[in-house]
Amino acid sequence: MEILIALAIGVLFTVGAYLVLSKSLLRILLGTTLLAHGVHLLLLTMAGLKTGASPLLGEQADNYVDPLPQALILTSIVISFGVSAFFIVLAYRAYRSAGTDDVEGSKGERP
Amino acid sequence: MSNLLVLPILIPLATAVILIFLKEKIRLQRVISALSGLLNILIAVLLVTRVHSEGIQTLQMGGWLPPYGIVFVGDMFAVLLVMMASIVSFAILCYSFSSIGEQRERFYYYTFFQFLLVGVYGSFLTGDIFNLFVFFEVMLISSYALISLGGTKLQLRETSKYLLINIVSSTLFVAAVAYLYAAVGTLNMAHLSQRIAEAGQGGVLNVIAVLFLIVFSLKAGLFLFFWLPGSYSAPPAAVRALFGALLTKVGLYAIIRTFTLLFVNDPGFTHDWIAWMAAATMILGSLGAVAYKDIPRILNYNIIISVGFVAFGLAAGTADSMNGAVFYLLHDMLAKGLMFILGGMIISAAGTDRLGNMGGMIRKYPLLGWMFFILALALVGIPPLSGFAGKIMILRGALSEGMLTLSLIGLGSSFMVLFSLMKVFRLAFWGNEPKEEQPKVSLKAASAVAAGLLLLVIAMGIGAEVVYTYVSQAGDVLASPALYIEAIMKE
Repeated sequence: MEILIALAIGVLFTVGAYLVLSKSLLRILLGTTLLAHGVHLLLLTMAGLKTGASPLLGEQADNYVDPLPQALILTSIVISFGVSAFFIVLAYRAYRSAGTDDVEGSKGERP
Repeated sequence: MSNLLVLPILIPLATAVILIFLKEKIRLQRVISALSGLLNILIAVLLVTRVHSEGIQTLQMGGWLPPYGIVFVGDMFAVLLVMMASIVSFAILCYSFSSIGEQRERFYYYTFFQFLLVGVYGSFLTGDIFNLFVFFEVMLISSYALISLGGTKLQLRETSKYLLINIVSSTLFVAAVAYLYAAVGTLNMAHLSQRIAEAGQGGVLNVIAVLFLIVFSLKAGLFLFFWLPGSYSAPPAAVRALFGALLTKVGLYAIIRTFTLLFVNDPGFTHDWIAWMAAATMILGSLGAVAYKDIPRILNYNIIISVGFVAFGLAAGTADSMNGAVFYLLHDMLAKGLMFILGGMIISAAGTDRLGNMGGMIRKYPLLGWMFFILALALVGIPPLSGFAGKIMILRGALSEGMLTLSLIGLGSSFMVLFSLMKVFRLAFWGNEPKEEQPKVSLKAASAVAAGLLLLVIAMGIGAEVVYTYVSQAGDVLASPALYIEAIMKE
């Protein structure tokens, strides 16, 4: 199972990296989202996908899945959610002020 | 156990939350943030004396024993950095009163400022690797807000680059944490260190070490600094001073912590990487500092040179050079903060950031000119000033290890620092004034701040002996991780 998920994560990272390297700001944005998905799946996978009950003590099971990575992923999801929201608004502002979403086209004007 | 350790994080956090409610009351915002800055300096000094007399302080959040809960650790290295960060950030806060402009102040400038400090202090004090990630994000998200606040075209463009780089490096950080958790099954740094030593660091752990090195290098501007010169020239001078003095130093702190506590068992591999990255950083930084003719770029490349120099101290790895790296890091926070404040003053006095359009400012602004001159000497490391002691200790350590090439590169980069800063001094302050008359700008408030910092730079150089007693205590913990582990895993 881990092998399959690892391959899926690999695909997500590849597509994410490809999109980040493209010209349009919107594609870059989508790329960062895919990278975030990939890394969250990676956290889940690296802790092991052994079968067990969900980490709720009410389940009364003999063994549970590891609860720690789930907490880490939850933290990481909200952080990347906040950053993505900021990035989207920033991209919108940049589009409004530069008149293009092409990152190559937004050069000009010396820093 | 002492709750004192959480106060450097709690005070700016509470201040930031209070400031949200005072949007229109700018004067009150200034008073509150200044008071909280002063209080933080006091707490930090108290922490330093406490750690000096009683050894490493730890605080278990919620009373859960490590490695199960999150632990905050104040060893000498961390609390010294917290103290220096609180002093420099207070000075920059005072500088922003006179320079940032009402429009930005109205839109939560001081709130973001305080949240950035939360992230910085938290990164210094935490003892848990995922908590370090969270504090990094607190710091970075505030820095995104600060760098784009104002919303000029240039800022928007540079923020999107800065944001993208940091999103990618944060993603890599989480991936590195995931791999590390899979390899050794813990997140507490002291416990990690034990487990890594038991596993005999090799193979996959070395790969993870390099991944961490890449992540923190992206944050610190060690070799992977391509984003830094552009991004740091977009925001106003006060924000630039804050970034130059604190942000890269947090990345450097993370590198030093990681490679003196966690990945210490195969230095032939990891520390060689750091050594060559440091060499490349110093060379490329020097080239950049010499090449440009506008003040922001020259100063930004000077940050990069000093990042390379501290990493060189870490790579040499002797007790002497570790002490030197700590000393130099402290000096550099102070001096870089001052350097950007003076740079900002020069730009606002000349009305341009191009050196070609300046000249003859020494007649109108003699104090500013001579302060910049002394600072330049301090940054190069002329003996009575603060840059000297750190540099000499790093070089002595490196030479005793036989790292001749790197030492020569380090010395050469010092000459380039001198050359680039003297170019600024010569073109801005000497020569003839430009034809169109600039109105004289009042720099009284900013000059007072800069003079205060400059006095500290001089005092730190003259009182190097006193500073050294604290610095060597920090170096001891870095040189032997066992001290750190014992302090945390007591039971």
